Amino acid sequence: MTESPGFHFKTYFLVLIMVIFAPLGNVLLSKGMKNVGPATHWTPFELGSVLLRIGSSGYVWLGVASLLTFFVAYMLVLTWADYSWVQPASSFSYAMVALLSYLLLGEAVSPVRWFGVAVICLGVFVVGQTHPRTTAVKA
Amino acid sequence: MREAILFLIIIVAGTGGELCVTRAMKDIGEVHDFRPAALLRFMRRAFLVGWMWIGIAMMTLAFFALLATLSFENVSFVVPVTALSYGAGAVGAMLFLRERISLQRWVGVLIVCAGVTIVLLTKH
Repeated sequence: MTESPGFHFKTYFLVLIMVIFAPLGNVLLSKGMKNVGPATHWTPFELGSVLLRIGSSGYVWLGVASLLTFFVAYMLVLTWADYSWVQPASSFSYAMVALLSYLLLGEAVSPVRWFGVAVICLGVFVVGQTHPRTTAVKA
Repeated sequence: MREAILFLIIIVAGTGGELCVTRAMKDIGEVHDFRPAALLRFMRRAFLVGWMWIGIAMMTLAFFALLATLSFENVSFVVPVTALSYGAGAVGAMLFLRERISLQRWVGVLIVCAGVTIVLLTKH
């Protein structure tokens, strides 16, 4: 299997972008939507007002931008790497969420959850030891 | 019966959608130029590939099936089932994308599957 220059670097770099921006996007969207608040009466006027608040929320736009960044990185890495390698490798984002919640937000993470994170890391490590590409790819 | 159909949609349509997007990306070929203009051209090309749209449609279907399932089923029951998508993904990649999955990769996928189940179960 021929490799382009920087094959491993660009693969790991894009997976890193994926595991950072997917959870970040979800957190920002969640924060934005909590600020917007729920619709209570579901009248067209209220829904219009909610949509306006969503459109003017910086958190929502940052969340959308983060998720777009994730999706572009996901598409790019799949142009050369195996899906069966990228899918488990990107599950490292669960570990990232636990770590960010603990370090940045000071949230309590239960021992069972840390155990789950450790299991994911082990699985990602095992998958990571295999070559990211097993099929011929268009140059 | 209703649960079984929805679970099937979540796993098959969700994983199938991702496999179709991967197929579209493989049709485009390896990207070497990462400048903004080249990335915009890449995105335009991607959305001209039929597999991309089939993939997006399937992932949308899976998303709504997940929402529907969560409306009447416990998360603790739904989550381990959806974690099966890691296994389904590996099988699909082998059959649909002709990827060669070594024993080591299989073991890794199964470990990830177990880890994701544990993490998601502690969330609720």
